[in-house]
Amino acid sequence: MKLGFAAALAAAAVVSFPAQAQTEIQFWHSMGGALGEAVNDLAGKFNASQKEYKVVPVFKGTYPVSMTAAIAAFRAGNAPHVLQVFEVGTATMMAAKGAVVPVTKLMADAKEPFEPKAYLPTVAGYYTDTKGNMLSFPFNSSTVMFYVNKDAFKKAGLDPNKAPKTWQEVLSAAEKLKASGQQCTYTTSWPSWMHIENFSAWHDVPIGTKQNGMAGTDTQFTINSPLHVRHVGMLADMSKKGLFTYAGRTNQGDAKFSSGECAMFSGSAGAQAGIKKAAKFDWSINFIPYHDDVKGAPQNSIIGGASLWVMGGKKPAEYRGVAKFFAFLSRPEVQMDWHVATGYVPITLASYELTRKSGFYDKNPGADMPVKQLTNKAPTINSKGLRFGNFVQGRELIEEELEAAFAGRKDAKTAMDDAVKRGNDVLRKFEAANK
Amino acid sequence: MEKRVVFRSAWLPYALLAPQIAVTIVFFFWPAAQAVWFSFQVQDAFGLRTEFVGLRNFAELFADERYLQSFGTTAIFSIAVAFFGLAISLALATMADRVIRGALAYKTLLIWPYAVAPAVAGVLWAFLFAPSIGIVTYVLKRAGIDWNWIINGEQAMLLIIIASVWKQISYNFLFFLAGLQSIPRSLIEAAAIDGAGPLRRFWTIVFPMLSPTTFFLLVVNIVYAFFDTFGVIDATTQGGPAQATQILVYKVYHDGVKAADLGGSSAQSVILMFIVIVLTVAQFRFVERRVQY
Repeated sequence: MKLGFAAALAAAAVVSFPAQAQTEIQFWHSMGGALGEAVNDLAGKFNASQKEYKVVPVFKGTYPVSMTAAIAAFRAGNAPHVLQVFEVGTATMMAAKGAVVPVTKLMADAKEPFEPKAYLPTVAGYYTDTKGNMLSFPFNSSTVMFYVNKDAFKKAGLDPNKAPKTWQEVLSAAEKLKASGQQCTYTTSWPSWMHIENFSAWHDVPIGTKQNGMAGTDTQFTINSPLHVRHVGMLADMSKKGLFTYAGRTNQGDAKFSSGECAMFSGSAGAQAGIKKAAKFDWSINFIPYHDDVKGAPQNSIIGGASLWVMGGKKPAEYRGVAKFFAFLSRPEVQMDWHVATGYVPITLASYELTRKSGFYDKNPGADMPVKQLTNKAPTINSKGLRFGNFVQGRELIEEELEAAFAGRKDAKTAMDDAVKRGNDVLRKFEAANK
Repeated sequence: MEKRVVFRSAWLPYALLAPQIAVTIVFFFWPAAQAVWFSFQVQDAFGLRTEFVGLRNFAELFADERYLQSFGTTAIFSIAVAFFGLAISLALATMADRVIRGALAYKTLLIWPYAVAPAVAGVLWAFLFAPSIGIVTYVLKRAGIDWNWIINGEQAMLLIIIASVWKQISYNFLFFLAGLQSIPRSLIEAAAIDGAGPLRRFWTIVFPMLSPTTFFLLVVNIVYAFFDTFGVIDATTQGGPAQATQILVYKVYHDGVKAADLGGSSAQSVILMFIVIVLTVAQFRFVERRVQY
């Protein structure tokens, strides 16, 4: 009888052995299509590199959807180990103390090497708290770029190799393009990210007080400054004259450019892959335009994209696995593969160097423009990034007010004043809920 | 002889009802009670900190002009969807009722859209009317109409009304057709002999006889416009541009799920619950009185 028990125990041990051998790490992400394959590729390479841990990537839908799903899962007590959160969700995640494990702490506990200084300052700054602790692991970063259809420029009698550098030049190019019969001269994807957030950083003006919210939740928006109002007013005016075609709040502008409908376009650096595939014309990727009478412009642009957050309440062994996975992701050659495969910017200086040496930029001219724009100058407090609570909501209401201005229902000043007023309400609510 | 089934047991009826009651409690009463409870609280997204704030969420809502605007949007949308949904399907049903050849084919085709999920209906219409690539947009541009619902609020509203009405016509059509077929032919024939024209016959005989069906459909359509059109809106305008198509139920979803403001969102759903109760009671008490059964 005793022997039988021991045998059963031994058998059970054998049966459960494979399950115990590998610690599974759930990784929820929002990388669909080709990007999703790149994520699977990364996880596959990590899993093949060692035997103890197995990273399981799960595609959970768009950024807001997967974040919502993870929050619900956390409330129900079964959050994933690693969650990819887009940049506007950063403040919400940072405020959720107890729900997340800071990356610096994770790496220190697991005694894995981790050097926040290895990252581009604009990237690291976005995810670092005021005490200098990096809270999440930078993963996919992009920035906003300015694209030009060279064939359309040629047709309009413009120099195709001289993309507009200032908004004044954009305006005169738009008029010439219009005169040449171009239906849509300029469009944009991600209106708030481009025309408010990056616009502010690029001109070295604040988006909000308290270092764009990085120094505290008692921040207020400052996007109704004369410069902001002037810029939105200019766009509204262009919209009225048919020189600017509004394309919606996400990346709908991408297709308008790659189909040839619009001749100039501002959108994510990540749009390159799609344009390369679809465009039947010659195009170029450039720095975003600026107003040349603003002192200090152009400064540097800020990032978009996402970082990886480690959720709380898991077992120590699992955290060791997550730390190992992050250490793997930090390797320059892994970073380079990711950058080349996806078009996201190289986020460590080492991987940027490595990519340059590999000759990738010589073969793909323009592919290093995003990283050059991000590091154009050393970031100031206005161009490090931003951190506003519930900014998912904040960005949306900014876009609503922009839409009202572009449609001519409000003048630029009223629209931006309303955006500030409504945005501050959201910030106060966040402040109250996260005391 | 007593034909009714009589339960002698004290517990058997309750036991038989139990599954239904359990489902109702778990899926209706419990979440509703939870919404009421949450509506008095302020929570962070992760539920780590909760604070009881009494009626503050409600006070904030009614101080928010955009919330009040959403009421107006919902009213316009619901009335338009219910009116056009009923009018068009009634016209179609009246015509289909007269068709002699190929009636089955007509009816089948008219009932088809009902099998389409609201989200799919939304995507279909969004594609047809897409500002850059839509076929309808192309035709409209040819006709000199600048169609871009991404920026034009009125056009966005028109789009979701069209999509929602189209989706609901089949359902209404089915009920109207059944209602029409239950009207005795002899009545209409008698009127015809007395010299009443088709229009006169419709308004004085058919329409009043149809009133129970119309009333039922009115209730169903208002509820449909209030709640079931969520899929259509989420697949097309997502409440935009500038909240032009943000009806109450979409705002509940948006504030609760996307904006992670659970307290405010719960307060809105409590108000919505209240509105639906009032609407239903009002419809049954006042509108029903004028209906001839």
